[in-house]
Amino acid sequence: MKISKIVEKMQPSGIRAFFDLVLGMKEVISLGVGEPDFVTPWQIREAGIYSLEQGFTSYTSNKGLYKLRLGIHRHLKNKYGLDYCPDDEILITVGVSEGLDLILRSIINPGDKILVPQPSYVSYGPVTELAGGTSIYIDTSKDGFKITPKLLEKHIDKKAKAIILNYPTNPTGVSYRRKELEAINKVLLKHKILCISDEVYGDLTYDFNHIAFPTLPKAKNNTVYFNGFSKAYAMTGWRVGFACGPKEIIAAMTKIHQYTIMCVPITSQMAAAEALVSGRKSVEQMKREYNRRRSLMVEELNSLGLKCSRPQGAFYVFPCIKSTGLSSMEFSRKLLEEEKVAVVPGTAFGACAEGYIRISYASSMDNLKEALNRIKRFLERRK
Amino acid sequence: MDEILEILEKDGRASVEDIAKMLRKKPQDVKNAIKKYEKEGAILKYKAVINKDLIKDSESEIRALIEVNIVPQKDLGFEKIAERIYSFPEVTSCYLISGTYDLLVVVEGKNLHTVSNFVAEKLSCLENVRGTATHFLLKKYKEDGVILKQKPENKRIAISY
Repeated sequence: MKISKIVEKMQPSGIRAFFDLVLGMKEVISLGVGEPDFVTPWQIREAGIYSLEQGFTSYTSNKGLYKLRLGIHRHLKNKYGLDYCPDDEILITVGVSEGLDLILRSIINPGDKILVPQPSYVSYGPVTELAGGTSIYIDTSKDGFKITPKLLEKHIDKKAKAIILNYPTNPTGVSYRRKELEAINKVLLKHKILCISDEVYGDLTYDFNHIAFPTLPKAKNNTVYFNGFSKAYAMTGWRVGFACGPKEIIAAMTKIHQYTIMCVPITSQMAAAEALVSGRKSVEQMKREYNRRRSLMVEELNSLGLKCSRPQGAFYVFPCIKSTGLSSMEFSRKLLEEEKVAVVPGTAFGACAEGYIRISYASSMDNLKEALNRIKRFLERRK
Repeated sequence: MDEILEILEKDGRASVEDIAKMLRKKPQDVKNAIKKYEKEGAILKYKAVINKDLIKDSESEIRALIEVNIVPQKDLGFEKIAERIYSFPEVTSCYLISGTYDLLVVVEGKNLHTVSNFVAEKLSCLENVRGTATHFLLKKYKEDGVILKQKPENKRIAISY
């Protein structure tokens, strides 16, 4: 059987081999994990179990449980003053990942282009191409890994239809202040570029309040906002996300969703609804813990000579390893083989991130400290 | 609560230097704050939480929770009689409780016999003690916020985006 051309052409993730190497090794301290080290808070797990005991095992409406959509409506209203109607402006998806696939398939006609600032989460480019679009990658490495109006203007052309913004950013932890976002928003409105805003790490913003993109002036009608329960509530395995946006766009996304997914598993939706009711305190507790680890990591890595700026969100630091003379991949592979510490080479997130590695501090303080000792030893051998 | 206390409550061995890094404070300031908490008695002591189920030697102890009904003393209320009770070295914790009895006393001893002896010979015969009910502890599931199980295995896959 011949595989379709579009899939054949897709870049097999260059670091698959490295991932396999990590997975095949025992007793590795992994700082390569893109999910919280906390287990889902008990009251949320309990709500999932209870829903099963009660016999909630059926399909839900395509859009998702009304109870959950209403909870999201209230949450966004309280937190950001955002008003999305639970009836037709909110869609429950299988994580943000499904939501991104839906939006790209909903808006792309053959030849359309999508702007993707890099380094970025790995799926943005491939999913764009699956939907028949072309990605325009924007190298942000010279601007502190931030997209700027200048960079945007330089890359926008007539076929550019949307941008995928992600902040706080995986893998860099970078986030934006209101002024920076307003400047970006102006350029997008001027060129009629839709903003696809992946804000799944929004709740994990440390130094200032997270600004939701649709709250910017005139942005709401030009933005599809994505968020989910995975990162903030430590619910990665439940696979629940949501999309909020103008109702024509949500309706288009729902069309695809109803044929491909039908609905998100009801147990997960029940648990997510509970998360909004009783999970906020746990989110704050986890955030405080991440914040302490962040400070420790930034300080220690810099003192080891791996320069890194202080990330404002998510649970990643993105140190520069150029001083070692190794490439990202060499550094990661050698560190794994010699010291059994796993990190992710920056190049997994775009060629422009050569010379950087992603370190996740979603790991216990003891693990982090032991990993730092090993990295220190590793670096000393190279002096 | 001060984050310094939050960190120490979880890990009494966290070093001043690490706490300073975590909170972006000067080590000297953290040191002073801890000293102050110790002096005020906000930090009483540092100890390890030990899962005694895993220590199967002749020293292992059993524990009982004892409900104690007492007659409060004029002018002194419960204080004086509580002091007489909690001063026994066998008593590891002592709380004044609302409800059907007054003091909840936690007692540790080598075996059933020593604990019963303590209750019969020391506690019950105190002048102001009206009655006691002793509950022997069969199994500990969680203590001081720590679930007493061997460390759970890591369930996450080792690397992901």
